[in-house]
This record gives sequence, C-alpha cells and structure tokens, in this order.
Amino acid sequence: MSDVATDVMAIIKKKIRVDKSEITLDDKLRDLGLESLDALELVFDIEEKFNIEIPVNANEANIGGFETVRDVVQAVEKILADKKA
Amino acid sequence: MHRVVITGLGAVTPIGHDVPTFWDELKKGTEGVRPVELIKDPRLNQKTLGEVKGFDPLKHFDDRELNLLDRVSQFAVVCARQAIAQAGITFDGELADRTAAIIGTGIGGQTTADDSFRRLYEEKATRVYPLTIPKLMANAPASQISMYCNLRGPSFAISSACASATHAIGVSYQMVKSGIARAAVAGGAEACLTLGSIKGWEAMRVMSPDKVRPFSKDRKGMIIGEGAAVVVLETEEDARKRGADILAEVAGFGMSADAKDLTAPDVNGMVRALKGALDDAGLNPSDVQYVNAHGTGTTANDRTETQALKAAFGDAAIKIPVSATKSMIGHALGAAGALEFVATMLTLRQGVIPPTINYLGPDPECDLDYVPNTARDAKVDVAISNSFAFGGLNAVLAVKSYRP
Repeated sequence: MSDVATDVMAIIKKKIRVDKSEITLDDKLRDLGLESLDALELVFDIEEKFNIEIPVNANEANIGGFETVRDVVQAVEKILADKKA
Repeated sequence: MHRVVITGLGAVTPIGHDVPTFWDELKKGTEGVRPVELIKDPRLNQKTLGEVKGFDPLKHFDDRELNLLDRVSQFAVVCARQAIAQAGITFDGELADRTAAIIGTGIGGQTTADDSFRRLYEEKATRVYPLTIPKLMANAPASQISMYCNLRGPSFAISSACASATHAIGVSYQMVKSGIARAAVAGGAEACLTLGSIKGWEAMRVMSPDKVRPFSKDRKGMIIGEGAAVVVLETEEDARKRGADILAEVAGFGMSADAKDLTAPDVNGMVRALKGALDDAGLNPSDVQYVNAHGTGTTANDRTETQALKAAFGDAAIKIPVSATKSMIGHALGAAGALEFVATMLTLRQGVIPPTINYLGPDPECDLDYVPNTARDAKVDVAISNSFAFGGLNAVLAVKSYRP
C-alpha cells in the first residue's frame, strides 16, 4: 500500500463512528458512519496533512463524489501528482 | 390584545439601497450575486457574493459618526430611517418611551472584528482602535437605531443565525400585540463579507461557485450576501388615529427548535413553525396565497423545505406559489428574514410575486410551484415568510392585507 493510502486511512480511522479495528480500501464511507459534518472534517484533515486543496461541494450526493476509502485515496494521489507536474 | 400593522419599510440590499429600487429589481429578477469586490485577498476562492455595491456611508453619516458605526450598523440605521420616514411617525414623549428597537444579526460587526484581528495577528500591531468593542458588539445595530431614532423602549439584538430577523420581527409583533410595547422598529442587519468569515463558509463547502438556484435541478448551494431591512410595527389604533397608510397586518408568528442537528435541516421542526404561524393567525393552509421560502439553494434546505410545506399545508401546497428571494440577493444571514419579509409585504401590496431566478428545471424532490425566472401577477392577501436557521432554529411570519 502507498504511503498516501496509509496516511489517508489513518486519518479516516480517527473519524469513524463504528467499532472496527481495521478499515480497508473497499469500505464505504457511509458504512463507517461518516456523516456530513464528519466528512467535512475528514477532508480538512487530509488537506492539512498533504497541504492540498480538495474541491468538495457538500451539496453533491456523495461528498466530493467519494463513496469508498479508495476513492478518497485516489483523489489525493491524483491531486499530489498534478501538483508535482 | 392589539392588532399589529406595518406602516413603514426600509431596505439596503445588493439590488437597491431603498425599498422602491429593491422592489423594482425583485420584479425584474435582477441578479445581485456578482463578482467579489469587498475582499481583495488571493486566499479567497469564492468568486461571487451578494455584496451591497456602491453604498457610500458618507451620504448618510459624517466622519465622526462613522467612527462608531460598523458597516452592519450603517445598514441598520439607514433602513430604520427609511422605515420611520415612510411611517411618518415622530418618536417623542410616551410613544418613544414605549417603542421597541429589536434587530436581528447573525454575527454583528464582523468588519470591525476582522480589521482588528488582522492588525494584531497579521500586521503584528501592538494596539487596536479604541472603539473596536462598541462597534463589533452584536447589539450595536439595535443600540444605534435606538439612539439615532430616539426609541427608548425595549431594545436588544436577537441572534439565531439565518432566522435572526424573522425572530426579531416576530417577537416585536408579540410585544406590540400584548401591549408590552406600543410600537416597534424591527428587522435584521448583516455585513459579514470579510476574508475571515467567508473562508469559514468556504470550509463548510455549502456555497455555490457562481449563482444561487433555489429548488432547481443542478443547484450547487447557497451564497452569502449582506444588507439590512427594517419595518415599523404599531397597533392598529395608533396607525388609524394618525391616518397612516397601513401596508399590511401581521397575522401570526410561529417558531420552533429541531433539537436534532447543528446544520442539517429537519422537516418536523419546520412543520411545527409553519403550523404555529397558521394557528397564531387563525388561518387555514388553503388561505395562504404565497410563500416566500427560506430557499437557500442548498440540496438539503430546498428538499426539506418542500417536504415541510407539503406536510404542513397538505393538498393546498401544490397550488401555492413559492419563491426564493435569495436567488437574487444571496443569503444575508441575520438580515435575510427581514429582507424577505419586506419582499413578502410588497407582494401583498403590489400584486406581483417576485420570481425564483436561475432556475434550470425541476428537481424530482422539489415539486412545488417555484415561480421560475419570471415575476407573476397575482392577487395575494395572505402570505408567509420562512426562515430556517443553522442550529435548527425555525421562524415563520404570516402577513395579510389590512382590512379595517
């Protein structure tokens, strides 16, 4: 697993509201009990960690179009790659 | 109990700095959410806001006065003067002693607070301006109105975020109705378009990138605005004795708290406020001919407000025109309810329903008549104005045409 994935999953794990010792890339954010305000805090924590801006509008059905943990990891990886380029 | 009537209106808005201009632009469906000018900082991402452009405080106050007036208080006092001038009341003697000044504001003197903090934190200044505190306090708009207009009765600020002004007008109505006050100057004021506050709104991620599209498909959120509106409320007896032009009668007021979630709207809380207003007014749902919606343009508010109108009004809901003033002026938070109450009053008086602009087409979850894009002629004798705030605080005012 990439360092980005490890860091993102560590951040997500701090926010989840269900009793779960490990989370996987396939876990759905909704199943982890992340409600809208938690998701906003999650996005902020990730932005702070990587010093990036994740374009998210809370009016969208899935916040930022993120359904699973993998979606978040991939978005962060893409933003970091674009930043380097 | 007294009947409570409205005899004066004042407004400072992104589409007009007085009531006649505001009304003309509302009917035209003028876009008041425009490119940002007040905040010049590359860290701001938001491109458009509902700014009151071209407001020159020196047209209303001298330099010395302005030392004590944050932008939010400038708006408030200008509106109060307009409303009192229209009402044609001279406040002195016993009437002045028994006239309330109750002004809602979500935030208070945000420009003053922002300037002060910038000096300290960013410019590393060692001191701030001496009048920082009395300018930024949330009751400054109410206090300034009481002083400028010689209102010596009950005066305070009401803060319930986006419902502040509706609570202020509603509580004033109850005070005049019960005889606690003989008259009231009430409304709301907001001027929070500063870097500090708009970065906070950006972080909530609820703002649309360009326009506000209440109840529309593909809506992308709300946009913050600013401004103020103030009304004069008095007893029917006083207004008639003076031979005043009575603009409308306040019919009822309902309020509730969701006690559920700090930001997510709740149908049940909205319904209780809506029913409370109708009950207080002695109205049936089918009596209501227009709803000025809270209509922020967020997915959650507009869907939930639609559900609440259907739950509270039953079969009547589908027939009632519902429009959102925020489509044109954005969301002026603690002033919003007063701006919308003024728009609702003018709808009654003028027989025109202002449109919900920027409407792209129906959303399956929002299936009422939203008066899309174009104003509509309609005889309206009974209307309501909704405000549903962060914090789960709901307030609904009902107004009706005055009949002696």
